Amino acid sequence: MAKWVLRVVVLGYLGVLLLLPIGLVLERTFAHGVGPVWDALSAPSAVHALRLTVVIALATVVLNTVFGVGAALLVTRSRFAGRRLFNALLDLPLAVSPVVVGLALILVYGKQSPIGHWLANRGIDVIFATPGMVLATVFVSLPLVVREVAPVLEEIGVEQEQAAWTLGATGAQTFWRVTLPAVRWAVAYGVVLTFARALGEYGAVAVVSGRIVDHTQTATLYVEQQFQGFEQASAYAMSAVLAALSVISLLIANLLRPEDERR
Amino acid sequence: MTTQVSAGRRARAGVRLPARTLGLGLATTYLSLVVLLPLAAVAAKGSAGGLSGLWDAVRAPESAAALRLTVGAAVVVTLVDAVMGTAVAWLLVRDRFPGKRLVDTLIDLPFALPTIVAGLVLLTLYGPGSPVGVDLAYRRAGVVAALLFVTLPFVVRTVQPVLMELDADVEDAAASLGASRWVTFRRVILPALQPAIVAGAALSFARALSEFGATVLISGNLPFKTEVASVFVYGRIESDDIGTAAAVSTVLLALALLVLVALGLVQRWTARRG
Amino acid sequence: MSIQVNHVFKRFGDFVALDDVSLDVPAGGLTALLGPSGGGKSTLLRVIAGLEQPDSGTVEVEGRDVTGLTPQQRSIGFVFQHYAAFKHMTVAKNVAFGLEIRKHPKAEVRRRVNELLELVHLEQFAERLPAQLSGGQRQRMALARALAVQPEVLLLDEPFGALDAQVRRELRTWLRRLHDEVHVTTVFVTHDQEEALEVADSIVIVNQGRVEQAGTPRELYDEPASEFVMSFLGPVTRFQGQQVRPHDLVLHPEVQGAAVGAVVKRVTRLGFEVRVDMEAEGEPLWVQITRAAAAELDLEPGDVVGVTVSTPAPVA
Repeated sequence: MAKWVLRVVVLGYLGVLLLLPIGLVLERTFAHGVGPVWDALSAPSAVHALRLTVVIALATVVLNTVFGVGAALLVTRSRFAGRRLFNALLDLPLAVSPVVVGLALILVYGKQSPIGHWLANRGIDVIFATPGMVLATVFVSLPLVVREVAPVLEEIGVEQEQAAWTLGATGAQTFWRVTLPAVRWAVAYGVVLTFARALGEYGAVAVVSGRIVDHTQTATLYVEQQFQGFEQASAYAMSAVLAALSVISLLIANLLRPEDERR
Repeated sequence: MTTQVSAGRRARAGVRLPARTLGLGLATTYLSLVVLLPLAAVAAKGSAGGLSGLWDAVRAPESAAALRLTVGAAVVVTLVDAVMGTAVAWLLVRDRFPGKRLVDTLIDLPFALPTIVAGLVLLTLYGPGSPVGVDLAYRRAGVVAALLFVTLPFVVRTVQPVLMELDADVEDAAASLGASRWVTFRRVILPALQPAIVAGAALSFARALSEFGATVLISGNLPFKTEVASVFVYGRIESDDIGTAAAVSTVLLALALLVLVALGLVQRWTARRG
Repeated sequence: MSIQVNHVFKRFGDFVALDDVSLDVPAGGLTALLGPSGGGKSTLLRVIAGLEQPDSGTVEVEGRDVTGLTPQQRSIGFVFQHYAAFKHMTVAKNVAFGLEIRKHPKAEVRRRVNELLELVHLEQFAERLPAQLSGGQRQRMALARALAVQPEVLLLDEPFGALDAQVRRELRTWLRRLHDEVHVTTVFVTHDQEEALEVADSIVIVNQGRVEQAGTPRELYDEPASEFVMSFLGPVTRFQGQQVRPHDLVLHPEVQGAAVGAVVKRVTRLGFEVRVDMEAEGEPLWVQITRAAAAELDLEPGDVVGVTVSTPAPVA
């Protein structure tokens, strides 16, 4: 009896919170068939927004994967003064409001700041331009790769690497031939999470982009702008695309997960 | 002697010392340029007028109302998450029902779904013209609903693995000693889950304090009523009132740090208990 | 290649792992570092390998100072207790690793890998992943991998420590035979005295970061330099305030001459040998005798017998 109550309560909660809303958006999106959806998505502004989003997401994935693997190695494989502080700071971005992230970047890289001014004099615009949006996205997704890779590095230990050294492998050879292959699934998982997070970032990008249509408007900003402008059809269409991408990411992540745990 | 020591470090790390130092330097620079320097700038700007200036900006009626609502909503959301998250984890680990794997996958959806899409989705369902006849738009309940959505996975995902490792034998043993199911749960299982629940709840709380995208549509951003701190900060930035924006941001940052430190302490305490 | 370790100190925080250790390993021999766990023998092996750097002191291989060299520069083979198999590579790839790092031609790598897999009897497992092998097979693979690069020195850290008793015994005999074929200077760490006595040409007893004694198995067993060495290498019992081997005591039906009287408490037959627990001069004492001797004496609990010591003389 208690079991059934629990089932109904929990599944009901998940239904009301998760399933119903998602289902409804799909229903609204495709209420008039696929044609209008396609029209909405092929509008020049929509195409531009999607393309910009993908560019930013790819840049973020590259930067944070390199940083994430490096930082995971530092945290697990070497002892240095301030290691614990470094480790703790890696989690900070997950707890900071995206709007605060945006404000923070404006304060440092905006034209009013010395750094932003210096960069602008050299023709590099950061705020209200793509570099600032990449920075914002990098900030919010910074811990995702590190936090997947570091525990796996910890778990596999150093013996395989030491064995490689005794067989004559240099540090670089050991990394490429032994360490990286051993954590490849964790890296892949981190990449998927980072990509999904980067596609969906809204708050931080909203602040630093200036929301210039056809220029600094990403897919999420497009959704909001269309919705506020009563262009519901295109808002739903873009939402459906983003939702589909996040579901695909989830499925890929789910496929990678057991592979990772089998080792 | 000196040369030997540095050679020792080199041998232990297996990487040439310069390479490692270079790596550490690059990683620290990256972290500083992207995260630390900007956050320091916020704190500096926020407290530019001294602590009293910060205090005045935070105590101004609209800021204070936004912060109060944010913390209040976060507390409510965290409590609901702690209970429901544990229940969801329980169902996923201890029960069998068709579609369990699907539900297990869907739990992560709020992490993957763009927050603005989440906001839109919730507004469609629970906004004006709601197909289920529930209108939460422009109400505090709407803010709470949006936060419940985005924080759903935290407690579930911290409790689930602990519950999986918790031996069913322990429950059988308690039952064999005559404990009722409720007593077994309260005296045996709950204490074992407690650290995980606290850790997940802390993450929920931090996320609820900082959420922006999901609340921006459904809340309608009515000052003194549904305007949370992030949305308030956003409004201040848009109207070029950077001072107030930085002050409230500084408070949000301080709260986030506090939660992280508390979480770190809980985790160390748990690790010590083995 | 001979190995010399000279006055090596190594500290981990407050813990002194190696305390002025000096050691000579002859070329071509099979040497065991034997001692209780935590005694420093693994650290000593890792210092020889270059995986740990001594705080002071030097390591020489064939007279050449290698103290400042990385493990990569030392031409060693190292076998880890838990195999350290490259889990994402096949058995053949594992064995080929060192050769590929050295950019040997493909055909030569293939030939050498086949040779080694044959040597360790794993030729039919070449394309398997380490996870598909048993513990003993994985350790043989690790050994082949270490031997592939033709190291000057082969170092094994508790190589059979993670295996069950039956496989341990097999691999032990097999290692001895392999060494007789390959003749590379080999040092292995073990805490199992039986293993050391059975396999090694010479044994170094390491305890509390110091070398207690080094020598051939016979020297150590028959002429132990300390009570610790004696008790670590085999069974001991106390007789007249001294440590003796239980099989170096002789029982007589009557208490005559130099014999000490003892009361039999219990007689246990352990296959070929018989263990007699007794009490002499108020102290417990046990003796190991053959079945034949036991049959002749026809011992029963309560009997009084005479006890004397046969050669060699006990250690004070």
